[in-house]
Amino acid sequence: MTELIHGLYTEGAPIHDTKAPNGPIQTKWPTRQFEARLVNPANRRKLRVVVIGTGLAGASAAATLGEAGYVVKSFCFQDSPRRAHSIAAQGGINATKNYMEDGDSVYRLFYDTVKGGDYRARENNVYRLAEVSANIIDQCVAQGVPFAREYGGLLDNRSFGGVQVSRTFYARGQTGQQLLIGAYQSLERQVASGGVEMFTRHEMLELVVVDGRARGVIVRDLVSGEIETHLADAVVLASGGYGNVFYLSTNAMGSNVTASWRAHRKGAYMANPCYTQIHPTCIPVSGDHQSKLTLMSESLRNDGRIWVPKRREDCDKDPRDIPEEDRDYYLERIYPAFGNLVPRDIASRQAKNVCDEGRGVGPVVGDFRRGVYLDFADAIARLGRESVEEQYGNLFDMYARITGEDPYAVPMRIYPAVHYVMGGLWVDYDLESTIPGLYVTGEANFSDHGANRLGASALMQGLADGYFVLPNTIRDYLAGGPYPAVEDDHPDVVAAREAVANRVQALLSIDGTRSVDSFHKELGTIMWEYCGMERSEEGLAKAIDLIRSLREEFWRNVRVLGSAETLNQSLEKAGRVADFLELGELMCIDALHRRESCGGHFRAESQTADGEALRHDDEYAYVAAWEYTPGERGDRASMGPPVLHKEDLVYEFIELKQRSYK
Amino acid sequence: MATTTSPARATKARSTTIALKLVMAVTGIIFALFVLAHMYGNLKLLAGESAYNTYAEHLRTIGEPMLPHRGFLTLMEVVLLLALGAHVYAAFTLWGRARGARTQRYAVKKAVAQSFSSKWMRWGGVFLLLFIIWHLIEFTIVKVNVGGQSVAGDNPYQLVVDSFQVWWLTIIYVVAMLALYLHLAHGVFSATQTVGWTGNAAAYRRAQVTGHVMAAVVVVGFLIPPLAILFGLVK
Amino acid sequence: MDITLKVWRQTGPDDKGGLVTYDVPDISPDMSFLEMLDVLNERLNDEGKEPIAFDSDCREGICGMCGLMISGEAHGPERTTTCQLHMRSFADGDTITVEPWRADPFPVIKDLVVDRSAFDRIIQAGGFITVNTGAAPDAHATPVPKANAERAFVAAECIGCGACVAACPNASGMLFMGAKVTHLAELPQGQPERMSRVVSMVAQHDAEGFGGCTNIGECTAACPKEIPQDVISTLNRDLRSALRHQS
Repeated sequence: MTELIHGLYTEGAPIHDTKAPNGPIQTKWPTRQFEARLVNPANRRKLRVVVIGTGLAGASAAATLGEAGYVVKSFCFQDSPRRAHSIAAQGGINATKNYMEDGDSVYRLFYDTVKGGDYRARENNVYRLAEVSANIIDQCVAQGVPFAREYGGLLDNRSFGGVQVSRTFYARGQTGQQLLIGAYQSLERQVASGGVEMFTRHEMLELVVVDGRARGVIVRDLVSGEIETHLADAVVLASGGYGNVFYLSTNAMGSNVTASWRAHRKGAYMANPCYTQIHPTCIPVSGDHQSKLTLMSESLRNDGRIWVPKRREDCDKDPRDIPEEDRDYYLERIYPAFGNLVPRDIASRQAKNVCDEGRGVGPVVGDFRRGVYLDFADAIARLGRESVEEQYGNLFDMYARITGEDPYAVPMRIYPAVHYVMGGLWVDYDLESTIPGLYVTGEANFSDHGANRLGASALMQGLADGYFVLPNTIRDYLAGGPYPAVEDDHPDVVAAREAVANRVQALLSIDGTRSVDSFHKELGTIMWEYCGMERSEEGLAKAIDLIRSLREEFWRNVRVLGSAETLNQSLEKAGRVADFLELGELMCIDALHRRESCGGHFRAESQTADGEALRHDDEYAYVAAWEYTPGERGDRASMGPPVLHKEDLVYEFIELKQRSYK
Repeated sequence: MATTTSPARATKARSTTIALKLVMAVTGIIFALFVLAHMYGNLKLLAGESAYNTYAEHLRTIGEPMLPHRGFLTLMEVVLLLALGAHVYAAFTLWGRARGARTQRYAVKKAVAQSFSSKWMRWGGVFLLLFIIWHLIEFTIVKVNVGGQSVAGDNPYQLVVDSFQVWWLTIIYVVAMLALYLHLAHGVFSATQTVGWTGNAAAYRRAQVTGHVMAAVVVVGFLIPPLAILFGLVK
Repeated sequence: MDITLKVWRQTGPDDKGGLVTYDVPDISPDMSFLEMLDVLNERLNDEGKEPIAFDSDCREGICGMCGLMISGEAHGPERTTTCQLHMRSFADGDTITVEPWRADPFPVIKDLVVDRSAFDRIIQAGGFITVNTGAAPDAHATPVPKANAERAFVAAECIGCGACVAACPNASGMLFMGAKVTHLAELPQGQPERMSRVVSMVAQHDAEGFGGCTNIGECTAACPKEIPQDVISTLNRDLRSALRHQS
């Protein structure tokens, strides 16, 4: 097998973060803020920054840079910046306010995040995240974000995601929406005042790199089809995660990897692409027509009991007719201490295991039933229907609307779904990628969550990056500018523009027989099967082969109708799927090379006798940063073996421990 | 900026649609109070000829000697006329705006929440305007005694009684009162909402109920005299 | 189940457009309305016909990107977003007419896709609180009475989908605007700019060409987030206050 691996990638020089200052961890961020050079306010008007994406990380960055006086251009593919998928986050946002006086602190959030990430995150970045988290709440409240409050008029907090302190701020089940609207309004304020120029329904299709620096982007106006060049002194990617590589995920339909992947192909390293978070409580697939999955808050596991029938032949019975002794409450059985409240990855994997055994429930999708029961009968008997309704009413309503079943009468069915990716473009302490002048924020970068993300931390990271980290670090780079003027007719710019135009033409001219969606679905099936909740050497090797031949077929046989000069949603999807087909292979290579289980990456070969994830800190305590190499054949379907650059993870302030939930 | 027009900050609040709605609301409230008083006066008919005619005469002498003869009445007429002009102007302006806001219509469009009264607001308003013109011609300006055997001269009581003994005049009047009901029921509520007194769910519901109660009081009050005349209870 | 669709097809802003009939046989009642359109689009693609363009993104009812007029009702017969509407809300053999939002400030881009940037411009006119990053006091510095916080939240639930405009006989944007004005007016942080905000936003609303409100209530009935009518009352009251203070 070693040979196989060596054929798939090569190993290059190690990589290091050179930006974090030395000294005690508490002093690093203040020191960096001080050391980062300042830009004279008068000079900021001469410095241009392009920001891709308008989710929490992008909108907050664009607004803040606009306020500071830089010339900012902000892009989103949706019809309004307010649509970005941050809006769908339900649970809440963590912050170390310690308003509850329950022992929370910057260090505790730092510790929880590193531990939750299964010791695969970079300490310095995580500490800073915990440090600035409190500022986020202040900022959002000042913007008018309507967080939940107590009768005294002060902010309410709750405990979230299995941590023992209440540090999560929330706005009912719509925290992401309210935070994004706050950032969106700040962004629109800058648009009105001329600080930010907004481009909606524009998609970034190429990064412009001149003399080794990121100098702008090539975008397509999705309405007119026009290919535009926007040059700048620095580029910020805040384009979100790539969970849609699985086709079915809780991501929005449009969420994609294209901006990140184009940058990766231009020299930005992609780090830990295989770390995928799979959320256990999603509404199951109802048939082949399924276009996306919907998450229900994990809080359901507080009172609901998860089970499947003990015998396969009971699987199509009405669950209410299955007597207690014929039910297998498998989480309570395997993990008596934590029961239904085991971490996300364990709950997800065990659900897959029982379904793989043929004991799943609900409709047969593919070749087996993909669902387990989440039963509230006991909770309703114990607490009364009213109390259950009060706590979970909106989730029950959502379930009823989607499935057409009454969860008060019949147990709900749930199944895991891809929810978040911890991997992303490699960045240093300044959030700068391996291409100078290219910064990456939010879910698009890899930096803060290690191999697994804690609940209510994604919103925190997006806003921390956009409001407080990036604006402070990017100025150090911008202080070196304005960089030498680049014109639209510079050979590198022209080449980038032509590459985009050629690719669009290529997609339209194949005129094969299969739709873009059919390729995307097939890719998703491969990824879910072999690079999903459980990965193995054999499966991943197979997946790589399957993806390669699928990619070949895509470039030979895809059918994209319509023209490039109008709104053409098939064309948009085709470009995104083409990039997913390349990313999928890299994810499998990354998963294959990491022969350990950690966080959202479970390797069948690396588990304890009890079937628990087993890390190998001696071998794998590093970030895998992958460099793109072009394929030898030079056609669109070929990719070269990526080059692995390791960044060793040094734990100075936290001791490495193996987790246990038994 | 490519995707934005500059915000119209300098525009005064006075020229906005909401300001026009406020004009409609304030003038509408004036009318609502007027019809309430008018209705009360009409009920005097039930007290008999001399009571009614004394009341009619009193209207002309209110405020004397501070005001000249008919001073109060003239003042009220001027106010009502201005209010009517403003109400109609604002209504047609807003109607025009609304039409301009959707020049391409739906092939299929269902009304889900629209009440009967709100649906007929505009055309009902036009009908009421025509009725008011006729009503003024009949009772104030020309004093046409359609069915009258004798010219009633300065006997308002006689004019009213004679008029409503004509069945089709009464029908026009009754239909107009139904239109008035619809217009008031939505109008009173709508004015309350436009003025901004319904800033919570309870106040909102109260305003809706108030609209119907007020419309019912006015219309029933208005209908009693003519029906009493028609059915010979008042002669 | 089998259904018949009459779908508005329009190749671009300048095309006249018209309804085209499609038979969509053998669909599952568990499909969402948009998944049903996905299935139809796959078939059209196979037949070499250009798929129907429609907007959608999160498909879980929160981003506000989807929005279709379905047999004369904004977002269809259920009170939810189009993406959360399922085919079980229809009967076998139904004929369903699908049109884009119709309002002159929402011009059609293609088929069922409209341009709602007018809403962004209304927000640009004043739908924000002016506070630069880093300039915020501690979050607990200003308590907010729970009742105000709750009402602010209810108003802030607006997802900007445009169903209110689509359903309104006057194509008015007052519910959208009222929701934002109320959200910010209920909070102490929103007070300093309260008067200028409402004037600028209403002026922009009018400049975009939306109609006025006649308090009919079609907007609230169509709103997937059930934003109540009383936010329009608050909007009106604030504009009235602005009239008093401005002149």
